[in-house]
Amino acid sequence: MAEAILQIFRGDAKGGAAKECRVPMAPGMVVLDALHYVQAHQIPDLAVRWNCKAGKCGSCSAEVNGRPRLTCKTRMDALPLDKPITIFPMKSFPVIKDLVTDVSWNFRINKKIPPFQPRPGADWKIEQKDVDRVQEFRKCIECFLCQNVCHVLREHDKKEEFGGPRFFVRVAGLEMHPMDGASRAGLLRKELGIGLCNITKCCTEVCPEDIHITDNAIIPLKERVVDEFYDPLLMLVRKIRGVKQSQD
Amino acid sequence: MSDRFETHEHDVLIIGAGGAGLRAAIEALGQGASVGVVCKSLLGKAHTVMAEGGIAAAMANVDAADDWRTHFRDTMRGGKMLNNWRMAQIHAQEAPDCVRELEHWGALFDRTDNGQILQRAFGGHTYKRLCHVGDRTGLEMIRTLQDRGVQMGFDVYMECTVTRLLKDGDRVAGAFGYWREQGRFVVFKAKSVVIATGGIGKAWPITSNSWEYTGDGMALAYEAGAALMDMEFVQFHPTGMVWPPGVQGILVTEAVRGEGGILRNKTGERFMERYDPQRMELSTRDVVARAIYTEVREGRGTEHGGAYLDISHKPAEYVKRKLPSMYHQFLELADVDITKRPMEVGPTCHYMMGGIRVDAETAQSTLSGLFAAGEAAAGLHGANRLGGNSLSDLLVFGRRAGLAAAKHASSTPAPSVDSAQIDQAERDALEPFQRKDGESPYAVHRDLQDSMQKLVGIFRNKEDLQRSLGEIDKLKQRLKRISVEGSRLYNPGWHLALDLKSMLAVSEAVALSALAREESRGAHSRIDFQNLDPAWGARNNIIGREGEAMRLRQEKVLETPGELKQILAEGK
Repeated sequence: MAEAILQIFRGDAKGGAAKECRVPMAPGMVVLDALHYVQAHQIPDLAVRWNCKAGKCGSCSAEVNGRPRLTCKTRMDALPLDKPITIFPMKSFPVIKDLVTDVSWNFRINKKIPPFQPRPGADWKIEQKDVDRVQEFRKCIECFLCQNVCHVLREHDKKEEFGGPRFFVRVAGLEMHPMDGASRAGLLRKELGIGLCNITKCCTEVCPEDIHITDNAIIPLKERVVDEFYDPLLMLVRKIRGVKQSQD
Repeated sequence: MSDRFETHEHDVLIIGAGGAGLRAAIEALGQGASVGVVCKSLLGKAHTVMAEGGIAAAMANVDAADDWRTHFRDTMRGGKMLNNWRMAQIHAQEAPDCVRELEHWGALFDRTDNGQILQRAFGGHTYKRLCHVGDRTGLEMIRTLQDRGVQMGFDVYMECTVTRLLKDGDRVAGAFGYWREQGRFVVFKAKSVVIATGGIGKAWPITSNSWEYTGDGMALAYEAGAALMDMEFVQFHPTGMVWPPGVQGILVTEAVRGEGGILRNKTGERFMERYDPQRMELSTRDVVARAIYTEVREGRGTEHGGAYLDISHKPAEYVKRKLPSMYHQFLELADVDITKRPMEVGPTCHYMMGGIRVDAETAQSTLSGLFAAGEAAAGLHGANRLGGNSLSDLLVFGRRAGLAAAKHASSTPAPSVDSAQIDQAERDALEPFQRKDGESPYAVHRDLQDSMQKLVGIFRNKEDLQRSLGEIDKLKQRLKRISVEGSRLYNPGWHLALDLKSMLAVSEAVALSALAREESRGAHSRIDFQNLDPAWGARNNIIGREGEAMRLRQEKVLETPGELKQILAEGK
């Protein structure tokens, strides 16, 4: 039987190195299958996060041959087998052990986002096209691969000033909800720092759910922030009327 | 002492953060209780996220004739009348409001032409009843609940596993567990504990369940002295993926059949005509699973030992819109474009109808202060669950469990926990580290799975079940010789070694109950007793603990009152 050679990161917060393992190939095998094989036969304490194994829960994110992916959806037969397959943890988050990283920062950001707030008098008659429009954002499985590749987080580590693509997608799903009445423009501008995104689209490229994060979520939200805070006409009107800018 | 473990105190402790646990948490918070939620994975990854087809609720948006009575009747008939009638009634009556509530919290469902929540057909439901959003209803539900709970302010303990319930005399007093990340111990003190840990799918090798579903909650309750019920009823979902090997068991939603998918054997025959000519593909899951299994066993299976499920006669755009995740799942994992070619499917271990015995009104177990909801609890589904009745179960009984748990907490003094229980729990958890060169937890797990698949599968007989009990006994001995390598830092081998204890206890309860029930009913099929037996139809199998031994006894099924009997007798 054909064999694959894996270089799997082994280590913790203090550091580590790749360890070479060999696994027998099977038809349709995915990288997560290979990792499970290694756990059962070679390294019983190899730390791997996973759940559904069907691309629906977003737990098993890692960097395979340098590319951020869900290991449950990465077919071994789609990778070149003439050289070792490298499997490393997501780089933008602190390593706990092996392939498991500390993603708790994401949950702290999420907590800042004002929840869904129905418009007063909402009658809950919704058209399918309005459901379809936000579907894209609501199918996010929170794998955090977009957070992992975003250079604002990956290279510049601006976790204190920036929410990251995942949470722009979440805000888009709320803001474009046909019954929502809250405004999150102030939050986007300040706490989530949407201005830091310079639309390089790295997030869109790695999204396993094919969400057009940049085009459909971030750019419209940037426009919303501009409309709310930088519209010269509105600013003039506000000045004359003595109205303060909202949410700021 | 304090450096050995950290301590947290709550009015209500909820174990499990799927739909039932989160709904319970929201309700208890609403009552003013302080609430802690413990879960083995990250928040939002529980199995609810995998639920695809929809939430069953008689809202009558599509079929105006639907009402709770019909839903009640369908549920009872699907469960072969072994259900707790009161749970089935409450469920059917309260599900529509629970769905509306979810919508008001921000969940978005597909719509009818006049803007109402759209409902689709599903097996065993008389009318179009499943509220859904494409085939990712569970994701919408769990995100909605999770965000509401977070905003309301529960404390969530992620990647934390509970290994033992703590008691104060005859009542529950909290739980002991470990942080999966660092391996450190944690003690939760609570006046009420809600178990919402889901099922036991991982005791079988071919399953739709993830690593988490090791029967923890049922085993914790059993160990603490609560009763389990109906443990012989394990649902094998008719349609799991069968090829390639790595994806075997992954769920193929019943919505494929709900949207018009047709099952065929390798000769092209639409074989459901022979098993249930009236309902065909939309028969109940027990019937369809047995049909596919029988076709394969009798040589009419597909290349990889399944049946064909075909939706390619529908327009490609329709399939992609109504079943988007199925489309991607098959394309990416099996190289099959389901808009052009049939899928290969076969039964996969999916759901436990049995579980912790609870009171219908309050979801309280037989142990004071211990509540259970969702898959971990028994009663609603009887001998077979209808598709879509699980998500509604989570909402209806999650809410009731949270409410009753908060009320119980408000009228109960704080319990005290003696340190002997904590010491023992700590010793038990660390035991696998004390041994060197013992059994591998992975090997013991694989052997348990093989044994359950072979001996406690879809079709059962006395000999196999007796053998399985012998196998479980041997595996328990091997469990005592397990050793784990490495440190306590995020160590899956150690975690599995601890989960195995639950899996073995629950597997024993399943085999013991299945051996006792000498009839075939719902999901429990005995080759040696192929018919329904009215005497068994009046009895539930109850599992309890006596000292270290597992004891089985029977109790009479609760008698359905006259006016509801009338409803059951109506219709076809």
